[in-house]
Parts: sequence; C-alpha cells; structure tokens
Amino acid sequence: MSDAPVLRMESVRKTFGDSVVLRDVDLEVAPHTVTALIGASGSGKSTLLRCANLLEEIDDGAIWLDDEEITDPRVDQDAVRRRIGVVFQAYNLFPHMTVLENITLAPRRVHGVARAEAEEHARELLERLGLGGKAGEYPDRLSGGQQQRVAIVRALAVRPRLLLLDEITAALDPELVGEVLAVVRGLKDEGMTMVLATHEMGFARDVADQVCFLDGGVVLERGTAEQVFGDPQQERTQRFLRRIVEAGRL
Amino acid sequence: MTVTKDQSGQEDAYTPSQRRIERERRKRSRARRATAIAALSTLVTGVVLYLVVVNAPGWPRTKETFFNGQYAREAFPKVLEGLWLNVRLLLICGVAVLVLGMLIAIARTLRGPVFFPLRFLAAAYTDFFRGLPLIINLMIVVLGVPALRLQGVTVDPVLLGGTALTLTYSAYVAEVFRAGIESIHPSQRAAARSLGLSNRQALRHVVLPQAVRRQVPPLLNDLVSLQKDTGLVSIGGAIDAVRAADIIVGRSLNYTPYIVAGLVFVALTIPMTRFTDWVTARMDRQRAQGGTT
Repeated sequence: MSDAPVLRMESVRKTFGDSVVLRDVDLEVAPHTVTALIGASGSGKSTLLRCANLLEEIDDGAIWLDDEEITDPRVDQDAVRRRIGVVFQAYNLFPHMTVLENITLAPRRVHGVARAEAEEHARELLERLGLGGKAGEYPDRLSGGQQQRVAIVRALAVRPRLLLLDEITAALDPELVGEVLAVVRGLKDEGMTMVLATHEMGFARDVADQVCFLDGGVVLERGTAEQVFGDPQQERTQRFLRRIVEAGRL
Repeated sequence: MTVTKDQSGQEDAYTPSQRRIERERRKRSRARRATAIAALSTLVTGVVLYLVVVNAPGWPRTKETFFNGQYAREAFPKVLEGLWLNVRLLLICGVAVLVLGMLIAIARTLRGPVFFPLRFLAAAYTDFFRGLPLIINLMIVVLGVPALRLQGVTVDPVLLGGTALTLTYSAYVAEVFRAGIESIHPSQRAAARSLGLSNRQALRHVVLPQAVRRQVPPLLNDLVSLQKDTGLVSIGGAIDAVRAADIIVGRSLNYTPYIVAGLVFVALTIPMTRFTDWVTARMDRQRAQGGTT
C-alpha cells in the first residue's frame, strides 16, 4: 500500500445543540503510524473518534478512509465500520456472551468466517495477549485490564485497517494500566495504524508518531511527540502540560 | 477444634474464641425467641379470625351456601375437567402472546421513515388494547364476531376467547419487551455497530438476548395473570373451570362450586408465582455477583 493516509479529516465540524464540539478539524494519519489525541476532558477527543467511525454524523467537512469519502451519504456505513476497529473506555463487552463469543461475533456474522476458523483466530489472539485460559469466561469474571484486552482482541479479530482507541485505560486501576498499554505498544511494533485519545501522557510521548493537542474543539497544536511535549509553541498547550506535570502524570 | 481450608487449600488449625461461642449462643437464643413469638402471634390471629367468622350472625347460612361438602365433592371433578381447557388456553395463548408481543415491541423500536406506519400502528395497538378493559374486549370478540355471521369465521367461543386474551395480553407483553430493549445501554449498540454489525444484527445478537433475560420476571408475572384470566372465556359459554362451576350453581343455587373453582385456580397459580420469585431471586444474585453489568 502507498503512503496515502489511512484516515484524513478535512474541516470537520460537529455540534451538539448549541455547543460546538469540533470546529474545522484537519487530521491526517499515515499508514503504520500512531496518532495520539491529548487535551482536557471535553476538548473533543472522543467525539473526533466517534465521527471517524460514523457513530456520530458530522455537520460539515469530510472524512476519508483510504481515499474513499466515508461521509458521503451514499456510502454503506456498515461496510466502513467493518474496516475500523474501536476500543471503548468502558470496554463495552457483551455481558451475555463468553469471551470467545464476544470475539467471534463480528467475524462470523459480518464477515462470514466459518465458526472453527473464527475461533482458532480468536484463540490465537487471546494467547498472544496473555488471555489464553479465558476463552470460556464471561466478561464479569475478568478484571478490568483483562476485559479491556479482550475488547482489543475483539476489535482486532476483524483485521481492521485502522484501530481507534478511546481512553482505553481511563477506567482501569493504576496497576492494570500497564498491561493494556503493553498490548498497544506491541500492536504498534506490528505496524497497526492507530488513533488514540489518552490521558496517559508518558505513554503518548513514548508511542505516538504524531501528537495532536485539542482545545475547545480545535487542534491547537500538532507535531511529533518531541515537538509537542518538549517544545510546545502555544501558551494553552504549555499550560495544559504544566498542569499534567504538576499532577505527577508526566 | 475446627479445621478449615483457606483459599490456597492449606489446612489451618482454628479454635473458635470464647467471644465467638458466646456471640453465637446469644444469636441462637434470640432466634428461638423470635420463632416462639411468631408462632404465638399466628395462633392468636387465627383463633380471633375463626371466632369472628363463626360468631357472625349469618355464618350458619353462609357456611351452608359457600362451604357445602356435598356440593364441593360433586363440583370438584367437573371443575378439574374444565380446568384442562384453561391450561390449554394458557399454553397456546402464552406462546401467541410472547410472539406477537415481541413483534410489536420490535416494530416500535424500528428506526427510519419507511417504518413509520408500522411504528404508528404498533403504538396505536398497545395504547388501545392496554386501555380497553379485558371483559369488554372479550364480549366484543366472543359475542360480536359471531353476530356478523361471516363465512368461514369461527363462532367457537374458545377460539374467540383465546383471540381476545391474546389481543389484550400481547399489548402488555409488548410494553414489557420494549422496556427491556430500551433498558440496554446505548453503548452496547454502539459497540455492536462499531464491529460492523447492521442495526438488525445488533438487535438480534446483542440487544434482544440481554433485554429478554432482564424481562423474565415481569413476563412471568404477566403469564400468571393470563393464567387466571383464561377463566373469563366462560362468558362466551366455553366450559372451562368457571363455567363448570357455574352450571352446578345454576342448578343447585349453592355457591360452593365457585369456591372450589377459585381454589383450583389459586392452586394452579402458586407454583408459577413461586417459580417467578425463584427466577427473580436467582437473577438478582447473579447481578450482585456480576457487578457492573
């Protein structure tokens, strides 16, 4: 595949009633790169991810996935979502299904993969993420970190082109954050293209090729991790990072 | 000395302390006292009720009219025979109600302009049949439909009565299902859609299985209610348990058969109610263990 961006957003605008959540957002995500979205709560990070997956309809602008405009009303939205994996802050596993059923649901029902093949692939992924023994468990028998890793496997099981991670460690106890972040790091090494909204600044600095600082629905500053964390140009970015440092989070 | 095992399976020698022994002795004595008080209180209440009823001025006549052993013996087999009809009605109407209720509930949750008429009809149906008293519904269907003298339409009071019951109860059950569907957090649907499942697949594989599980107790409650309301088909002349009692009452002018029919219905309903309680308790326990879900 060429170097054409996997995901491209141009002048995206999104409002909820009177509040403008995203205004004029541009974004380009190159293949096999990781983009970290940072910023205070309510700055629009999660909304941006939901728009990219068409879970929210944008008001203006356009979004492309591999050169196909996915905000075109004629596009088959289900087909678009099949190419994008999403992991949510609250895991959103299906509580009435076992781990294995959670993971094989989409491959079997959406992609028409045979049961045996889907289960084999799922077990392989589980094994790789250190969840080998958990295939038959129900989600509520697992720790938060395990549930989140299952959610990552579920998103990976359909071999997505792009993975969106929405504050995936925000609901976890501190000692469980590491195991989930290690998984994301492993995915980066394998070349997965990812966009992640995160409050884990240390992790963002480590893993991201591109960092975007969102403030009031605008990408206020963007650049490599060194640029944004090491030498922020905007006063608001500096203030945000200072607060993070003071809170001991960087 | 007691030997217990901790989680790792290691044996651990443990002797209850004097404090624990004393505490448990007090708990036992308090429990014994509580049982004794409950027994005494029940006995006193029973005796008072008995004396009030037996010393009522009309008791001898009431006893003769409502609690006559001879008529009870005569009515019992006939009522039981009639009850078989109620049981069959319950089974068939129960299945029809669940299917129809589910279809109506799904129709009400469909999105998109194409489905507007369906949504509207489903809403109108539930509004109408939940408001219409069952007894009036039954009279219209059981007595009104045969009056039309339509070709090929049944005049069988059992079939018509069952239809009327199904019409009313599927409106109730549709609302139970709809409440269940709407109680599933939107994030579950979002997760399903983000995996590429269509709206229909998300409903079928993710939303409905959870909704139905959650609604089992209220559904069973409605089935218990349907079970006793099958007795109302007697107004069309179908010989169910109530009608069987009615026939004997009409002949003898003694009301004992009604009491027999009533008790038989209660006896039929109790296992169902206990089953409902058991299922509810089990689900509550599971939820308590499951935590966030």
